[in-house]
Amino acid sequence: MGTVVLAGKEFEVDEDGFIQNPELWDEDVAAEIAKREEGIEPMTDDHWKVVRYLRTYYQEFRIAPMIRKLCKETGFQLKKIYELFPSGPAKGACKVAGLPKPTGCV
Amino acid sequence: MGDENKPSQTPKLDELEKGPWPSFVREIKRAATKSPMARDLLGVLELSYEEKVGHWKHGGIVGVRGYGGGVIGRYSDVPEKFPNVAHFHTLRVNQPAGWFYRTEALRAICDLWERHGSGLTNLHGSTGDIILLGTRTEELESTFADLTKAGFDLGGSGSDVRTPSCCVGPARCEWACYDTLNFTYDITMHFQDELHRPAFPYKFKFKASGCPNDCVAAIARADLSIIGTWRDEIQIDQAALKEYTENGIDIQADVCERCPSQCMSWNGKELRIADEWCVKCMHCINAMPKALRPGQERGAVILIGSKAPIVQGAMLSSVLVPFMKMEPPYTELKELVGKILDLWSEEGKSRERVGEFIQRVGLGNFLEAIGLEPKPEMVAHPRENPYVFYEEYFEEEPEAASETEG
Repeated sequence: MGTVVLAGKEFEVDEDGFIQNPELWDEDVAAEIAKREEGIEPMTDDHWKVVRYLRTYYQEFRIAPMIRKLCKETGFQLKKIYELFPSGPAKGACKVAGLPKPTGCV
Repeated sequence: MGDENKPSQTPKLDELEKGPWPSFVREIKRAATKSPMARDLLGVLELSYEEKVGHWKHGGIVGVRGYGGGVIGRYSDVPEKFPNVAHFHTLRVNQPAGWFYRTEALRAICDLWERHGSGLTNLHGSTGDIILLGTRTEELESTFADLTKAGFDLGGSGSDVRTPSCCVGPARCEWACYDTLNFTYDITMHFQDELHRPAFPYKFKFKASGCPNDCVAAIARADLSIIGTWRDEIQIDQAALKEYTENGIDIQADVCERCPSQCMSWNGKELRIADEWCVKCMHCINAMPKALRPGQERGAVILIGSKAPIVQGAMLSSVLVPFMKMEPPYTELKELVGKILDLWSEEGKSRERVGEFIQRVGLGNFLEAIGLEPKPEMVAHPRENPYVFYEEYFEEEPEAASETEG
């Protein structure tokens, strides 16, 4: 655990860089997480399409969507999502979208 | 470790070194002479034994770029006490089919793991993979680079196709009814995308056994169990049988009477087998391997649905295809699996294994959706109650009638 300042706001982050106070998230914060944690700069329209969908789904259901649903709704194949977010939809895209860390399974 | 006069730092763990059997504590202690990570691992484990609580947090998300699986994140919740195991991630490395290595390959793995991680390995975990235990997040990319340089790739983890695994097959075993090694390599390559980029409701495991002895326990551990079998007659060498009797085997008592379907008879000179009753238990073949062999028309039975208890209880696989020829490029099997994965990914709930999914939607609906005909072999046990008439479920009720009754 630690704290970072993103877009002028202070955030708590866990070991994997997920922010712990999702209510403070906005798109400036997202761009900065993308740059610092994932090395994505600049965020393209395709990146935003994924991030905004994740965000909308999360606000409605309080959980990340299943990956197949993400692909369907954005119209991107899974490979494309890995091209946009090389560390993957869970670790990369959800982190940028400010979602809580998806529960991993072994 | 250290000064012999000092009391041991790990009295509870030391108990696990007693006895004639192998001890993981002894192995970790050996590693601890070289590796600070292994040393702290002993410490954190002793603490867990004292306090009766685990000290690993669940659910780190770490990985290498481009892959969603293969690395399992582990963080300690007492990093200040044991800083060397603050991160202790596990890597799953895709094992060669049948677990055949040259010593150079094993040395390469051990050397690179001493450079990048704790040096502790687990060959092989129940997944079948080479398990590399304990490294830090910042080591992951360079470990992966060195692994690929040595010719290895990461295996599966999370909700993806898990690293397929198989028995030693025809490489060492005369009973293999198909080439499990070739098959496993083939499907591993075919399902690379599904293996590295999780997109399913939950994990999906393939295990391939060459004969019904099922040495990798495919029937109990794999969502798709591919078990070698034959559909003609057991091959009998009557002369070799005679040799067995001369060497003291009582064929009547030791073989015929132990046949679960009682399909064999022995008159002292000749063994007869009613193959249509054979349930492929392998007992007679195991008892007299020189005299009996699986038939010549060989292939595999495809079973679906086994799992260990997590969300629901344990399940064994049940028959999906009673007999399939297993020859490259395995098109029939790949097409079938493709349909199953599509259906289950679309309709399955999160964390629902394919066996549980079939139970929920019903085998009939499942078969219809993947386009398979129901077969008697799919039935584990015939119905016992003759007063249940299943036909009436298939009649369409007029809507008005059901409304007035309701």
